[in-house]
Amino acid sequence: MASITVPHGHTEHKDYIHEADGIWSWLTTLDHKRIGLMYMVTTMIFFAAGGFFALALRLEHWTPTQTIMTAGTYNKYFTLHGAIMVFLFIIPSIPAALGNFMLPLMIGAKDVAFPRLNLASYYIFLAGAGLALYAIVFGEGVDTGWTFYTPYSIKTGSSVVLVVSGVFLAGFSSIFTGLNFIATIHKLRAPGMTFHRMPLFVWATYATSILQVMATPVIGITMVLLAMERFLHIGIFDAKLGGDPVLFQHFFWFYSHPAVYIMILPGMGIISELIPVFARKPIFGYRAIAYSSLAIAAISFLVWGHHMFVSGQSDFANIVFSLLTVLVAVPTAIKIFNWTATLYKGNIKLDTPMLYALGFIFLFSIGGLTGLFLAALSVDVHLTETYFVVAHFHYVMMGGTVMAMLGGFHYWWPKIFGKMYPEMISRVGWFFVFMGFNTIFLPQFWMGAHGMPRRYYNYPPQFQLAHQISTVGSWIILIGFLIHTFALLWSLKYGAKAPNNPWGGKTLEWTVESPPTMHNFHEQPVVTAFPYEYKSERV
Amino acid sequence: MSNPTGAAGGRVFAHHFDSADHEFDTSKFGMWLFLVTEVMLFGGLFVAYIIFRNLYPEMYRECHHHLNKVMGATNTLVLIFSSWTMARAVGMAQRNERKKSLQLMAVTLVCAAIFLVIKYFEYRHKFEEGLLPGIHFDPSLNGITHPKADLFFSLYFMMTGLHGIHVLIGMSLIGWIMVRTSKNQFSDKYYTPVEMVGLYWHLVDLIWIYLFPLLYLIA
Amino acid sequence: MLKRLGILGVLNVLGANAYASMINLPQASEMAARVDSLYDFLFWLSVVALTGTTIALLLFVKKYHRSQKGRETAYILGSHTLEITWTVIPLLIMLFVFAWGYKDYVFSRLDPPGAVEVNVVGRQWLWNFEYPNGRKTMNEFYLPKGKPVKLILTSEDVIHSFFLPNMRTKTDVVPGMYVYLAFTPTLVGDHPVYCSMYCGTGHSDMLATLHVLEPADYETWLQTGKAPGIVPAAFHGSEGDAKPLSQAEKGAAVAASKGCIACHTADGTKKIGPSWKGIYGTEEALEGGGKAKVDENYIRESIMTPTAKIVKGFPPSMPPFAGLLNDEEVNALIAYIKSLK
Ligand code: HEA
Ligand code: HEA
Ligand code: HEC
Ligand code: CUA
Ligand SMILES: [Cu+2]
Repeated sequence: MASITVPHGHTEHKDYIHEADGIWSWLTTLDHKRIGLMYMVTTMIFFAAGGFFALALRLEHWTPTQTIMTAGTYNKYFTLHGAIMVFLFIIPSIPAALGNFMLPLMIGAKDVAFPRLNLASYYIFLAGAGLALYAIVFGEGVDTGWTFYTPYSIKTGSSVVLVVSGVFLAGFSSIFTGLNFIATIHKLRAPGMTFHRMPLFVWATYATSILQVMATPVIGITMVLLAMERFLHIGIFDAKLGGDPVLFQHFFWFYSHPAVYIMILPGMGIISELIPVFARKPIFGYRAIAYSSLAIAAISFLVWGHHMFVSGQSDFANIVFSLLTVLVAVPTAIKIFNWTATLYKGNIKLDTPMLYALGFIFLFSIGGLTGLFLAALSVDVHLTETYFVVAHFHYVMMGGTVMAMLGGFHYWWPKIFGKMYPEMISRVGWFFVFMGFNTIFLPQFWMGAHGMPRRYYNYPPQFQLAHQISTVGSWIILIGFLIHTFALLWSLKYGAKAPNNPWGGKTLEWTVESPPTMHNFHEQPVVTAFPYEYKSERV
Repeated sequence: MSNPTGAAGGRVFAHHFDSADHEFDTSKFGMWLFLVTEVMLFGGLFVAYIIFRNLYPEMYRECHHHLNKVMGATNTLVLIFSSWTMARAVGMAQRNERKKSLQLMAVTLVCAAIFLVIKYFEYRHKFEEGLLPGIHFDPSLNGITHPKADLFFSLYFMMTGLHGIHVLIGMSLIGWIMVRTSKNQFSDKYYTPVEMVGLYWHLVDLIWIYLFPLLYLIA
Repeated sequence: MLKRLGILGVLNVLGANAYASMINLPQASEMAARVDSLYDFLFWLSVVALTGTTIALLLFVKKYHRSQKGRETAYILGSHTLEITWTVIPLLIMLFVFAWGYKDYVFSRLDPPGAVEVNVVGRQWLWNFEYPNGRKTMNEFYLPKGKPVKLILTSEDVIHSFFLPNMRTKTDVVPGMYVYLAFTPTLVGDHPVYCSMYCGTGHSDMLATLHVLEPADYETWLQTGKAPGIVPAAFHGSEGDAKPLSQAEKGAAVAASKGCIACHTADGTKKIGPSWKGIYGTEEALEGGGKAKVDENYIRESIMTPTAKIVKGFPPSMPPFAGLLNDEEVNALIAYIKSLK
């Protein structure tokens, strides 16, 4: 790839963190790296908040009846846990934090196409989050489940409108980020950076952005209608006024199914970067991986009805949705196989990012395969609305996306902050996260298959042991996250200075300083090769 | 601050673009993407419309007689005309015809205002006849017999209301570029915002062109 | 060596897990067995796919680890043959899974003629059942073994979901719409019903019991309201308890089985409705002014026609229980409420 030469006698450029001082220089920055960093900090705070509610939920389930909170509180907590994790953490986390930071670097651009819009997205996101927080702290919270199903969400006394407006704003922030990335990828690639030379993370972000732009407006209008339903009783979703409550579910899932791929595709993109770098081999089946992202994005618009197999929709619709759902699993399987094949005859190093990549493949496969149980009509009728579904989506969202995100954090940490994280401590952190995660959610598959309904405050006593194991797991994972947080924060002050390319990566972000300067590249890079050009070498 | 502009051949553009044309192309591409999201936003309402129409075709037929076709048609013509004036205004801006561009935009703005005034009279009429969404619907004032008629007016108000908000946004945008035009900020070298607002206004028009037959002209 | 042990360990865990994960619930309908076989198939398919991938991963990691010196890495960009193989094979497997699920689903949706029909109405947070001959029950219902049955369900307020894990079936119960659930019970005994669609504070208390009876016993029950060998769930004492229950103890059981505890507590905490603790003998302030003395008649009226007198500060959201509780049960409830000092 292009090499960057710093011209002689050029005054030393300051990196993007030190380029300008003072909080104001951050709040008004148009630099994609600074905005990415602000997103990173913000979404991590929301992750911790969502995690707090999760720990509380788990603790409540230590006993089959009341342990630490009332039913009303429990219902608010799982709603807030789900809504925060989905709308304020996982959807913005990888694209808006790592994507914002890395995408322009990876395609050799100085910034995203619309830097002002980028900053505006961040503030719109904050405004949305602010509304939701206001509802939690000063309002009555919200107790509808993150799915806001009507007519319950019309009748309940909690602060639904505030939260729903928050979701609306967060949605528009996500739309603007996606729009910005699509324009950036189409228009700002460096000379020689053809589509087929783009790193796979960029491909994945591209597919994600398409979903964000096309699907998110639908949740926007759905939230507007729900708010109108509460303000004006327009009746569209209210059976009492002639409307159809199930229509709400169609609208909701028309967005929220593509949204689950908005959550996973960027994670898959990270894995596609980590595997070749830490195996020192070209990625196996570059085009298959790139195009399968687009295939997933396309099919994902057609499967929303698999969340509604028992909702009362027609049998015919059920059958069609089930068929399309099994099809969407195929491009995912392709990726799993290509990643595995990349390791063959490589030169593998098990640093923390690679541990996360391997953990991802294992855990996401469990999540995906259990998705297949849910796609099979007759089995889903039994499993839907039970803890089996809860376990499925945590395996894909936490076991998939969050693992990939943590891998990405460690991989790009040296680039973002110019410091190496402490390798041994982080590996220990990985171990706790991995073990804790499985301890929480494996028992939940068993519980679900045996009929434990989800969103249950009181539960039948035969599930107590499984619930307790699960609760212990949540403590183990907490230790893991505390170790990671400690290790990463420690490295900011005491970590070794990072070289420009600590992992021997071939993508453009590794050709610039760690941390990069304000304008990323001192000279326009020119791309001449494939991003994973690892020649055969002797070990 | 951190977004210095480059200048080549007198054209001004942001530092991360190669040329003013490059910037213009990119902005236009972005605008088209934004229009896609707008279409999807309205798409939700259109889908709800189609579903209920399939369920209760006779209700739609009964209710649409209570919409004022003359006013709707007038509004359609007004908006189509305004789209044409807006397109001409953009053309004038490209050719450095500042005065003409300003005049055409003013006409567009007036058309938009006429549209809203007509809409206001339509809405007032609906209020008087109890043709209102959901629980506010009052059949005793209008004699509609179908039990689900409130849904038609929920959709009517949601769709035209959201469209009306878009008209208002469009009007403010046109006002904004009129101010900038009068400050002589555009030329054949740089007229991106004028072009973008033009695109937006066409979309607002286009959506109405769908709304009109769907709501007023049910066979 | 260590790695090999590791692999064995993983296999062991998977094996143990395999055993535990099979659905170990009574199979109380024909559907149950069908669902279980597809579940088991999917389970083993997953085990094979997962162990396959995992073994490949671990093997590669071990063999091509940086510590394994003296070899050459390969420069491989891909392989069309492999891509096609691992597209087509999973595709076929998945289509097979779809077809199997489809077949059983269609079976479960058949609407057998001459089925025993029961109307089910869900409301926050209890289930009402009504039989064609007019018999009504609440939170427990009765079906004959071996006969096809068809439940016709709807909801009075929000969406609920009627979940019979032992029959491996459920359906959402939607206001303004009738849905049905058809199955043939094959196992005599008591089977739990859960509300599995989140419906508010009492969601997890919205439980019911299905008693599947021999057809003859079912006929008896249908005619007399008493089923040989079955004490209504409300009157069950604790297991192996020979001592007859006191009136108040019976009342506590009725309160649990008829869903009162979704809204009322015995310990003074407010839920949807006022707590019962210490209300007997007091003067209750009523909505719209006025007072009422809480005595037997007031309690009875509050249960049967709650809207007659609304307690101040509470919504009139309690459902009327007239026709749903018999005298014996109401007396037990009154005794129970009196006992809460
Ligand atoms: C990151 C998010 C994410 C991802 C990627 C997925 C991926 C998939 N999901 Fe999941 N899903 C959710 C998040 C996600 N899901 C959420 C949040 C819910 C519930 C929301 C709620 O109700 O609150 C849900 C619920 C859900 C349901 C509804 C369940 C119900 O409520 O009844 C269904 C049903 O079909 C389903 C199916 C699938 C399938 C088939 C995939 C496929 O894409 C998976 C494909 C992957 C694989 C198949 C594994 C890897 C492949 C191999 C190891 C190769 C070998 C395989 C074979 C040969 C078969 N999901
Ligand atoms: C991204 C999505 C995501 C993630 C990561 C998680 C993570 C977790 N979830 Fe979540 N969950 C959902 C999305 C997610 N969940 C959704 C959508 C629902 C459905 C809600 C509904 O039904 O409406 C749900 C529901 C749900 C339930 C079911 C509730 C019910 O149905 O009654 C349970 C129960 O165990 C649970 C548990 C957990 C646990 C223990 C974790 C743990 O893995 C969490 C671990 C995290 C921490 C412990 C945080 C620690 C972090 C730090 C210490 C970092 C601090 C550092 C800085 C600030 C720098 N979740
Ligand atoms: C859906 C919730 C709900 C259920 C279920 C419910 N109640 Fe109530 N109950 C209420 C509410 C709300 C009030 C207060 C308003 C009123 O007086 O109607 C109330 C009031 C009462 C009162 C009067 C209390 C007082 O302080 O004066 C009695 C007695 C009572 N309920 C008994 C019962 C019994 C017995 C059952 C079960 C068989 C039952 N309730 C089931 C909601 C419920
Ligand atoms: Cu009724 Cu949950
Ligand atoms: Cu889905």
